[in-house]
Amino acid sequence: MRYLPLSDLDRTHMLSRIGVQNIDELFGDIPSAARLPDGLDDLPDHASEQAVERHLNQLSGQNLNAGQAPFFCGGGAYRHHVPASVDHLIQRSEFLTSYTPYQPEIAQGTLQTLFEFQTQVAQITGMGVANASMYDGSTATAEAVLMAARITRRQGCILAPGLHPHYGEVTRTLTQTQGIQMRTMAPAINQDHQIADLVTADTACIVVQSPNVFGQVVDLAPLAEAAHAAGALLIAVCTEVVSLGLLKSPGEMGADIVAAEGQSIGNALSFGGPYVGLLACRDDRKFIRQAPGRFAGQTVDANGDRGFVLTLSTREQHIRREKATSNICTNSGLCTLAFSIHLALLGERGFRHLAALNHQKACALADQLARVSGVELLNQRFFNEFTLRLPKPATQVVEALATRGVLGGIPAARIFGPGPLDDLLIVAATETNTDEDMAEFTKVLAEVL
Amino acid sequence: MAVHTQDRATRPAATDGTQRLSPALLQDEGLLFEIGETSKCGVDLEALREQPNRLGDLARTSSTGLAGLSEPETLRHYVRLSQRNYAIDLGLYPLGSCTMKHNPRLNEKMARLPGFADLHPLQPVSTVQGALGLMDELSHWLLQITGMDVVALSPKAGAQGEMCGMLCIRAAIEAKGELASRNRVLVPESAHGTNPATAAACGFVIDQIPANAEGRVDMDAFEQKLGPDVAAIMLTNPNTCGLFEPDIKRIADLIHQHGGYFYCDGANLNAIMGKCRVRDLGVDAMHINLHKTFSTPHGGGGPGAGPTVLSSRLARFAPLPFVTHEPGSSFGLVEQGEQDGAADAFGRMCAFHGQMGMFVRALAYMMSHGGDGLRQVSEDAVLNANYLLARLKDVFSPAFTGTCMHEALFDDSFLEGTGVSTLDFSKALIDEGYHPMTMYFPLVVHGAMLVEPTETESLQSLDQFADAMLSLAQAAKDQEHDRFTQAPRTAPSLRLDETQAARHPILRWTADVD
Repeated sequence: MRYLPLSDLDRTHMLSRIGVQNIDELFGDIPSAARLPDGLDDLPDHASEQAVERHLNQLSGQNLNAGQAPFFCGGGAYRHHVPASVDHLIQRSEFLTSYTPYQPEIAQGTLQTLFEFQTQVAQITGMGVANASMYDGSTATAEAVLMAARITRRQGCILAPGLHPHYGEVTRTLTQTQGIQMRTMAPAINQDHQIADLVTADTACIVVQSPNVFGQVVDLAPLAEAAHAAGALLIAVCTEVVSLGLLKSPGEMGADIVAAEGQSIGNALSFGGPYVGLLACRDDRKFIRQAPGRFAGQTVDANGDRGFVLTLSTREQHIRREKATSNICTNSGLCTLAFSIHLALLGERGFRHLAALNHQKACALADQLARVSGVELLNQRFFNEFTLRLPKPATQVVEALATRGVLGGIPAARIFGPGPLDDLLIVAATETNTDEDMAEFTKVLAEVL
Repeated sequence: MAVHTQDRATRPAATDGTQRLSPALLQDEGLLFEIGETSKCGVDLEALREQPNRLGDLARTSSTGLAGLSEPETLRHYVRLSQRNYAIDLGLYPLGSCTMKHNPRLNEKMARLPGFADLHPLQPVSTVQGALGLMDELSHWLLQITGMDVVALSPKAGAQGEMCGMLCIRAAIEAKGELASRNRVLVPESAHGTNPATAAACGFVIDQIPANAEGRVDMDAFEQKLGPDVAAIMLTNPNTCGLFEPDIKRIADLIHQHGGYFYCDGANLNAIMGKCRVRDLGVDAMHINLHKTFSTPHGGGGPGAGPTVLSSRLARFAPLPFVTHEPGSSFGLVEQGEQDGAADAFGRMCAFHGQMGMFVRALAYMMSHGGDGLRQVSEDAVLNANYLLARLKDVFSPAFTGTCMHEALFDDSFLEGTGVSTLDFSKALIDEGYHPMTMYFPLVVHGAMLVEPTETESLQSLDQFADAMLSLAQAAKDQEHDRFTQAPRTAPSLRLDETQAARHPILRWTADVD
């Protein structure tokens, strides 16, 4: 077995050094009724690298991947081009096979990259500080709600009607046990501003996504004002962080906490994970003390030289146990690194260019598709994703597109469930789409309608 | 822009009197923001044809300030930083409770197959049959290894798996109409911090159970704490002292008799694969850290994956989404509460299906080992830990007598009178070429040192590590104080001031910092 270095001779020698007759003596505390004398004999025996590769290649081949078809799916996960050097660097042994940097003297690589990551996240969101990542955008949103409840000592939470429904479900699941009262409105493309009317004296936070799940770009400033006037916080959610290259940042519009999905930068679609949740907030001790997860911070070593450590960990589970701000431990280390490297390659100029390119492609696609008979573009303003009303149920249309080799977006019913949104199709375009892709999509859509 | 340079010449020399840090191999490196420029870009993007604006009045007018680098500068920046990290590929990584084992590169290659990596979570189900098939196969392996009924794959890491299991338990209690009265969760004081943090996040009250003199659950104390308000016990097995709980079946039976549930923290599954199945121990829910037992890389702190296996008593409460078997040997996905079989699902743990990239790696790992190899993994993991224990026990002070499972626990009594603390000893290990062991955990042992070598260390590697440990222990007895209090002396950074970091937090770079 190629991963196990011990030989039978080694094992015999070691057993005798330990002073036992056989290996089972070391497992003597297992109740005899629970022992498995035959091991896992219902599972196949070990397999060669070649055999494993053959099997997994076969499974991989049973999928229609995004590179095999004109591809326009978004809905919280976006296909962007990741430079080759990103994937090369994150596979360096020193990054890939290191643990959480609890021993800072021999983990400065991870710690400095986390400090740089936190800075980049703060920069693009326009916020004061950011933590070292959450699992994904949805769990970052739930944690942001709990954080807002602790800061304001209130329990009310209002979800905007344009919030990704999965984000709403995750937030409900992860906060309901802590007494958070959730209010929301029926899903709608352009009604997010109306939640200002729901704010009460018990509102801890309002949660608004921009661009929202329908692709609509939302002005957060009036919502921030409404929240602040009532002593509540504005949590800005973003599932497509490339948009921040072209849009006013949540910080500029008055957000108190930002919860975002960072997958678009540096990370593959990977069927939904692993992704990287971003959590940023105002640079305010009260906020930072209530934040979940890890922070890397700057300090000096015994020589006075700059160095970095994990800090403010008295908020965390390994110190505070049941009084911790969150139970999170392992987060998205390597995905933060991919995010950070990709963003370093882009820089300000590249990030803005990338965002502009996405917007240009989406505008061109929206105009083409809106010319197909029976198709209506529902967004007034959008970044790289928009919603179409179709003359037929979108689920059927998407299936028909797929059989013709086009992955043509997400039916709203896929994420909201069947009902009044059945005829809505959510379509995304990125820099990966060519003119030919878009022409093919438009042609095939006209055929299947 | 001032690049922060470190003056190596002022460093104390290494123990052998030579300067071991070559500036050629360990280059100084500033922060990205000190070496990069906002005008620089390392990606060639398609030229913009037109610049439409459908953003209304929400277009960005301010600069982000993001620093950019060309590709060669990027490679240098990150390669230089990488060289400041210890890693499994460099040496033994004896972090108890963390299972730092070899990460096979086949798994990395497989996770990058376009059929997995370039697949969108919301594509039509007909186009992702291979991905769902892979999740189904992974489930089969996990259920065979644990003997449990159902597995929820979506939890994103161990702590989220705990949350998933405890929310299932909460849902089951709620279904029985007992939520108001059954709210106490028993947690041994040796537990990982995530256990009480999770139970509290799920709305339960935590009640701590002491350990006995043998490092196991104090059964008398446990029995006294049972009552009609007990929702569950959260128990790690093998426990965080590296010991199997011999009374585990009785603990399970008693908790069940009192109407509660048994949550098992699966962090230490690496010790028992193919030796016993947690179902036969009476477990109702257990998360599995794919990034520990099944070798998906730790990546400097994630991503992890925490699939949670459930007994038949909890199966129907499993969260959305999950994979189903459909007629004609195809697979379906249940993503909405209205769909068949989802009526009791307690909710949703994350936006999509969980950590697919980790699923691929874990399945590749399991298939590579097979049922026979996984049993060998556990046997070798336990053998390696006991071998280290045997080599160290006469000089170090084992916290408990007898053999251990996959990790060996020592207290700091062997350092008595030396003036050396567990922290100093651990830092000195760095100068011997090793990452320190887990220290000061579990909390039930004074100055704890928890050593987990894993099965992927050779006998030679174990012997070298034992020799280093023994020589350090001798140095402590010989009062070589500087070797400990000044340690590490050969690392890229000397000991870092954590107090200052917390007292005056600097959590990001700004132009005026420094």
